[in-house]
Amino acid sequence: MTALVSATGLTKHFAVRGGSFLRRHTTALRAVDGVDLQIRSGETLGLVGESGCGKSTLGRLLIRLIEPTGGRIDFDGHEITGLSTKAMRQHRRAMQIIFQDPYGALNPRMSVEDIIMEPLLIHGARADAATRAKVAEALRLVGLPARAAQRFPHEFSGGQRQRVGIARALVLNPKFVVCDEPVSALDVSVQAQIVNLLQDLQKELGLTFLFIAHDLSVVKHISDRVAVMYLGKVVEVAEKHAIYSAPQHPYTQALIAAVPVLRPQDRARGRRVRIAGDIPSALNPPSGCRFHTRCPHVMPICRVQEPALTEPAPAHHVACHLVNPV
Amino acid sequence: MNLPDAPSRPDAEADIQDVPIHRQHPAWMTLRRLFRHQLFLTGIGLFGIILAAAILAPIIAPVDPTKLAMRYKFRPPDGTFIFGTDNFGRSLWSRVIWGAQLSVVIGFSVVLLNAIFGTLIGALAGYFRSLDNGLMRVNDALMAFPAILLAIGVTAVLGPSTFNVILALAVVYIPRTARIVRSSVIVLREMEYVQAAVAAGAGHWRILRRHILPNAMAPLIVQLSFLFAYAVLSEATLSFLGLGAVPPTPTWGNIMAEGRQYMSEASWIITIPGIALMITVMGLNLLGDGLRDVLDPRLRIQQ
Repeated sequence: MTALVSATGLTKHFAVRGGSFLRRHTTALRAVDGVDLQIRSGETLGLVGESGCGKSTLGRLLIRLIEPTGGRIDFDGHEITGLSTKAMRQHRRAMQIIFQDPYGALNPRMSVEDIIMEPLLIHGARADAATRAKVAEALRLVGLPARAAQRFPHEFSGGQRQRVGIARALVLNPKFVVCDEPVSALDVSVQAQIVNLLQDLQKELGLTFLFIAHDLSVVKHISDRVAVMYLGKVVEVAEKHAIYSAPQHPYTQALIAAVPVLRPQDRARGRRVRIAGDIPSALNPPSGCRFHTRCPHVMPICRVQEPALTEPAPAHHVACHLVNPV
Repeated sequence: MNLPDAPSRPDAEADIQDVPIHRQHPAWMTLRRLFRHQLFLTGIGLFGIILAAAILAPIIAPVDPTKLAMRYKFRPPDGTFIFGTDNFGRSLWSRVIWGAQLSVVIGFSVVLLNAIFGTLIGALAGYFRSLDNGLMRVNDALMAFPAILLAIGVTAVLGPSTFNVILALAVVYIPRTARIVRSSVIVLREMEYVQAAVAAGAGHWRILRRHILPNAMAPLIVQLSFLFAYAVLSEATLSFLGLGAVPPTPTWGNIMAEGRQYMSEASWIITIPGIALMITVMGLNLLGDGLRDVLDPRLRIQQ
């Protein structure tokens, strides 16, 4: 399978202002720092990591909602970094996003029909019967009745709003959809419905998903491959089964070990990894390997040299000195 | 779009069954809540009296407010002269009502100029970060002057006239309005529905017009209703100081300035326009409080 979306050395530094009025200085917050990532056509790539590790920023960079500081993005065979707003508009129909907060993602002053119709209008449709029919079709696709079109967002529940958000993302018939924690804000029972809906839609429409989440069991359910991020870096990428059964990076091991299991006595012994402390600040990330401050297997080299992303097993990429000794 | 037929999704039925049937437009709901709000209704009532007087001035006050009649000077309010007469025998009823018209016209003009230019400056500064610093430093410089002092300064330079009063008050208040709009725009710009519009390929103009400004209107409308009160009050202050419309054109400010000399013998001359001013300002403030409670509930004073 070929890569639909490909990031090379993708970097985003946010400027953070500090200091007094007279002695102002800016510090770079390294939200995403040199990420290489391929998303294959038709797959779901899960992206996991702690809050603040840059996974949302990465998702938004890939569809150019945020301008990258450095690096390159290729989409469907075209480099899209550096394209003007106008040139970018051609590609926008093929890449969409679903947001976490079903309340903030819908304009409270627009009816559901207007919300779903807007992307069509931007891409040259007129507000006529044919366009309204497309909106009705999109509503049906996400399992909402046609009468929902005339309602306003405040009249819906969280799950229903999330369906409206999905309909808006799909109405342009995109290839690639960034799902930015689409179920994190929903009740568990509704989460399952939305996850199943996304899976059904992917099969029917041949979509490619980047599924951002911090809930590892949801990611395990929906993903084909999983990427693990820590402090602006991708530390491990592999097939879902490889990640969950044989995680290589100590951080991934700790994440997997932290997933609650029904029968704790069944948990494999000896592999249990615990990490202490908080995620360091992205304003001043640790030298060498960024995980060395919390890693249980830290070695002298980890403090000095940053490990590169290598491929110790086929299709299993890890950035760790343990796996790839220098 | 060539979407395939959607299969029925039994898992979704529980979630979608309560999709409401009755349409509830947000604007309609807001109106209904406003007309149940006691403060708002009181404010509308008080301000309505002044507004009606201003609109109906030629009908209810047919006597020329500038017509002198020395024979009738210093008549206290009675059956012939409803509000009495002043030191030149002019009908105070006519003068106060025509003064109301001038106050309403000036207040409304200042509000309109603020709505246009305050929104424009605030939206540009809040949305385009590159313009923010330049626009807001000019704004801050204007806001550093006490409001009434700046208005006096501007009218003193331009000379006293109705138009110059409107101009002076607009210059004084537009920076304040712009700040309020800017702060809403900065918050709204980061909303996810704005991000969704960017992802769909929307241009800046569409985003501002469809997504940001409609949602920034609530605090602006509240501000403008208070601004109307400030403008009427400031106009009266300027006229009182002789910097407003030129006499003999009646304004509440210059009626009070003339009446001040006869406060002990003919107290009605200064009292009646004072009461009219009080009714206007109180009505507009109550109206603004009501609007704020309904449109902008986060600002409601905790009780």
